[in-house]
Amino acid sequence: MQSLPHGTSATDPDTKPLIAEFRAATKRYGDILAADALSFGIGKGEFLSFLGPSGCGKTTALRMLAGFETPTSGEVYLDGERVTDVPAYKRPVNMVFQHYALFPHLTVADNIGYGLRQRRPRPDRAEVARKVDRALEMVRLTGFGPRRIWEMSGGQQQRVALARAIVNEPKVLLLDEPLAALDRKLRREMQIELQTLQRQLGITFVLVTHDQEEALSMSDRICIMQSGRIVQSGSPTALYDQPVSRYVADFVGKSNFIDGTLMTRSGNAGQVQTATGHRFAGRLAGPLGPGANASLSIRPEQIGLAHAARDGAEPVTVINRIFLGEHTEYLVRHAALGDLLVLVARQAEAAEGGFAPGDAGHVTWAPEAGLILGLD
Amino acid sequence: MRLYAAAVFAFLYLPIAVIAVFSFNAGTHASQFTGFSVQWYGKALSNPFVMEALRTSFIVALSSALIASVFGTMAALALQGRVRVVADALFYIAVLIPGIVIGIATLIALVTLFGWINPLLALLGPEGQAPQLAMGYGSLIAAHALFSMSLVIIILRARLAGMDRSLMEASADLYAPPFATFRQVTLPLIFPGILAGFLLSFTFSFDDFIIAFFVAGSETTLPIYVFSSIRRGVTPEINAIGTMVLAVSLLLLVAAQIILRGGSRKGAS
Repeated sequence: MQSLPHGTSATDPDTKPLIAEFRAATKRYGDILAADALSFGIGKGEFLSFLGPSGCGKTTALRMLAGFETPTSGEVYLDGERVTDVPAYKRPVNMVFQHYALFPHLTVADNIGYGLRQRRPRPDRAEVARKVDRALEMVRLTGFGPRRIWEMSGGQQQRVALARAIVNEPKVLLLDEPLAALDRKLRREMQIELQTLQRQLGITFVLVTHDQEEALSMSDRICIMQSGRIVQSGSPTALYDQPVSRYVADFVGKSNFIDGTLMTRSGNAGQVQTATGHRFAGRLAGPLGPGANASLSIRPEQIGLAHAARDGAEPVTVINRIFLGEHTEYLVRHAALGDLLVLVARQAEAAEGGFAPGDAGHVTWAPEAGLILGLD
Repeated sequence: MRLYAAAVFAFLYLPIAVIAVFSFNAGTHASQFTGFSVQWYGKALSNPFVMEALRTSFIVALSSALIASVFGTMAALALQGRVRVVADALFYIAVLIPGIVIGIATLIALVTLFGWINPLLALLGPEGQAPQLAMGYGSLIAAHALFSMSLVIIILRARLAGMDRSLMEASADLYAPPFATFRQVTLPLIFPGILAGFLLSFTFSFDDFIIAFFVAGSETTLPIYVFSSIRRGVTPEINAIGTMVLAVSLLLLVAAQIILRGGSRKGAS
């Protein structure tokens, strides 16, 4: 549990029984520590995501679960059994590969039936065909069975890869950046489809992604990874509202950061002073003490933008305005704090009147909207 | 520039075209066309020496190509992803070394080897009845297979390098043990490469004169027969044999190219 600072638990002890578990699983490649004593559990039926930039160890974690990598030390458990040294072909998990890895010499139906045909005793043809048809139906590709892989579009190949995995009814379905190669619209569709499928099948899904939107929209729980360790794990809402560090706040949603030094702390409230002498109050969650380098994080939607100056408001100049439909995103510049991102809801903008680049304005936020975070 | 290119092609291919044209000559002269006829093809194919040489060439080509394909495939698989630059360089050098060097080197190596082994074999039986190693089919097949193996390895290494590693992982992920993965995924995907390698090896062995000349012993392959016949003058019969060898070789080479192209389209998608 040393890899989980600030007392955050990677497992929700009061939820479902565990289907998979890592116990101090470490993976080294030469000098590189890809997984640093990972310890966490995955609940039965959960939709768990590993989120982090490339090289953070998320793919290594997934590959240790699939059986493509053996931990240098530590253990991996699947459904209560120790599988640390069990080869991939003996593990009851299936993977959807990043570039699908569909067999180019087989038809769509033969690709999907591949896993079933490896079973011993071998199931009879009729049964394989029936299961393949049902899987095709589930991913909305009925009738595509006799097609060749190269005759399918990217989105269709993605669904074939999904069908090839779920047809085996794995204990855990592993998804390695499965939507990365799809265009934006298709990606939204597949996100919804994956979520629906997961609820229908009740299979545990483990997703690896660097796309925060993907992780936030689909997962029950997200593990944020950094340098081979899980820095925080929790529900999308919990990560968004209570990030434990600037790294997490930066990775989950957008945020403004005002760097400075923690001056005072009393309980959960503290004050940060910037290099320019500005002081801001904020909530405090971590074990930070006075004198520590800290960053005040304020979400763009928690900042108000007004024409008139009010008590405690900071004067800014509007730099840019992006209309996003429901919201308008303003980039404003403060003389000492630098650039801030402000998200104004449509109604609020209508009430206040819009701003054009070059306009002067004033920003305010509630003291409890500011979150004081450690810099790591 | 055009003219220059045309001259180069004419210089390269005209002599071959002349051979093909004169193989259909009705007369006996190799340089004077007197009428169309296929009689020389009939003569060549009914000549027992030609047929014997053809049989030898065919057996050697088939055996050496089979051996080269099987062992070349195994070597390419074993060397997968390892010592890339060094291995590739060594295999290319093996293909580029002049045939005469390979011929002499193989001859010296085999003679030396036989010199060590034959006295030992002589101990196994009474005088004159013990088995003795000598140049012949064995040395021909071995020398050709060894050379062709480099061809097969080069083709297959290129093909394996272009293959998506995650296909093998996907197969393992779908419960296929290593050998099942090899049989169901790796082999089908590299098979066009193996087949192309086999055809190239066959063609090489069938056409080779230099290496064969050194290690054939008392056996006569078709190119050796042609060479020794030419010393008595070029006849239309020789032209007919040359044309037939050319046709078969071209056919096999084109087939190998088509297989490699078609296969790479599938493998790449």
